[in-house]
Amino acid sequence: MATESNNPPLLDVRNLRVEFPTRRGTLVAVDDVSFDIAPGEVLGVVGESGAGKSLTGNAIIGLLEPPGRIAGGEIHLEGRRIDNLPYEEMRKIRGARIGAIFQDPLTSLNPLYSVGRQLVETIRTHLPLSAGEARTRALDLLKEVGIPGAESRLDHYPHQFSGGMRQRVVIALALCAGPRLIVADEPTTALDVSIQAQIIALLKRLCREHGTAVMLVTHDMGVIAETADRVAVMYAGRIAEIGPVRDVVKHARHPYTKGLMGSIPNLGVRTERLTQIDGAMPRLTEIPAGCAFNPRCAERGSRCLVERPDLMPAGADKAACWLHDRGGVGRPLAKETIDA
Amino acid sequence: MPDGGGAQFVRLAGLKRYFDVSAPWLVRKIEGRPRQIVQAVDGIDIEIAKGETFSLVGESGCGKSTVARLVVGLYPPTAGTIEFDGNDMAGRRSRSDMAALRRRMQMIFQDPYASLNPRWRVFDIIAEPIRAFGLSTDKADLQKRVEDLLRQVKLTPADGRKYPHEFSGGQRQRVSIARALASQPEFLVCDEPTSALDVSVQAQILNLMVDLQRRFGLTYLFISHNLAVVYHISTRVGVMYLGRLVEVAPTETLFTRPKHPYTRMLLDTIPDLDMTGRQRSPVAGEVPSPLNPPSGCTFHPRCPFANDRCKIERPKALSIEGGTVACHAIAEGRLAVEERSYAANS
Repeated sequence: MATESNNPPLLDVRNLRVEFPTRRGTLVAVDDVSFDIAPGEVLGVVGESGAGKSLTGNAIIGLLEPPGRIAGGEIHLEGRRIDNLPYEEMRKIRGARIGAIFQDPLTSLNPLYSVGRQLVETIRTHLPLSAGEARTRALDLLKEVGIPGAESRLDHYPHQFSGGMRQRVVIALALCAGPRLIVADEPTTALDVSIQAQIIALLKRLCREHGTAVMLVTHDMGVIAETADRVAVMYAGRIAEIGPVRDVVKHARHPYTKGLMGSIPNLGVRTERLTQIDGAMPRLTEIPAGCAFNPRCAERGSRCLVERPDLMPAGADKAACWLHDRGGVGRPLAKETIDA
Repeated sequence: MPDGGGAQFVRLAGLKRYFDVSAPWLVRKIEGRPRQIVQAVDGIDIEIAKGETFSLVGESGCGKSTVARLVVGLYPPTAGTIEFDGNDMAGRRSRSDMAALRRRMQMIFQDPYASLNPRWRVFDIIAEPIRAFGLSTDKADLQKRVEDLLRQVKLTPADGRKYPHEFSGGQRQRVSIARALASQPEFLVCDEPTSALDVSVQAQILNLMVDLQRRFGLTYLFISHNLAVVYHISTRVGVMYLGRLVEVAPTETLFTRPKHPYTRMLLDTIPDLDMTGRQRSPVAGEVPSPLNPPSGCTFHPRCPFANDRCKIERPKALSIEGGTVACHAIAEGRLAVEERSYAANS
């Protein structure tokens, strides 16, 4: 699938910065994040809790929860700037041009309305269809996402569906108005492994058939490896590495990505110990100067303590690490000894 | 199942646990509803040897956590026996005998946020088992023991003065582990100890558990739904489906020569990190409700190899290649065992 083509990107995020004003000062949760998504492309965004991956997704669909706010940068969808739109304007785009799938399928459905009613409501909000036509479309969507006995299921309530079936309904809801982009935030995390595989296969098929691009936010590298064309690895609010999924998985360039890949138990090779990255991701209040990863990095140098690396070409992808700069990391330093 | 005679450290035989989830009596009488019983654990036999890590895998609702709770005595079994180092846990005995046995087994829970008392300092949380079992009467000795435990789990003695909310999820799980080790147990039941954690933190905790096992000669019963983690940590693995054990095998055998169709299905769901382009066949269907499990082999509605016999007769565990499998298709030779291979990730 297309990665970097001449076509204008569907989504273009430039220098996005998300801040939370607090009593103890401003927290920068997403800092200078730039990426784009081509039409029909699946971009995986991976990182640990608190890396800012969900906030990036929420900023794109315009659902940042106050007091969080976009403090800088621009988001363009199909060439149109969407990060500064008034609320009502954004509402029209959300659902119609961008669909959203969230982690917990139970909380993203209204328990008081039948799924048919929710689908019809969403369809009629965005498309000029009569009630009858909308119902037919709702039925088609339920069939498309693989819900058995769709006719009778249309009038059922969310609690009558199992977790996997609910997530299918949520996917149907996201597809209602034929969006160009779907932001899927941990769509399989709450599901059992066998159901997970079904949902991933479904998402892949739908995107292929509809040409919908997906921003897939997850902490599960396995899901990314199976689904995404490109992947962005986030750490402490910034993109540490971005590139074609195969390159990032097989030939990680950033020490954090290398550690992350090594810490995943691997079938086929039984090792005594997993590679581990000592310590934990810093809290937003305590992000170190220079490269945010430097206290945990085995390859750090004096430059990493003072100068913050931006994304730079590294092999087939881009990594924010001085190892890939001509100037190097500077004088080598030992990793900080961290007890935790 | 290896027949070790009396050598097995922990032995579960015919273990059953049913839960009554019926509506209240009056509602049942008025609306004419029957009683409803969930067969959470429906007759399982497991033997765990000293020093090994036995893992139970399965999807949510298969009863694996119930087994964990039965083993440590948080639930009494409906039927069946639990033997720990030759002692029947259900046998009547004095309180002090019971306490002596209990000291030797501890549990680590899934959610490090819910399993630590938020109003207690970490020192007191870890000291509690030592005090409860009367292992230390001397204040200085207690102090020293807790500090040692904190160091064992790679925290610092100064962390003892903090409250749980001051720690990250991974650090809290370390505190849980320190608390579990406080009574110097021989057997740890770990119920999804890493599933609430990020992968890099998960790696730290798994490494820690392996180190501690080697240092103290611990025996683990490890409950997880994550097959890659299970592959990494276990000596033997039991696969559960709807309250029953469908297959038990040494880890390498289970992953390279899986026998039960459900095991094969589970292995197929592991995302392929090597991106060999292997097409996974997503399994159709979902786990049926344990309130109303299918007849015969409970897996038959989802099983591509099921025939009429599978619908009627519950398969018995059959010993094969160092493990057991409960499947008619395997027993009758209808289903051949295939070799699976995993490309190593460079």
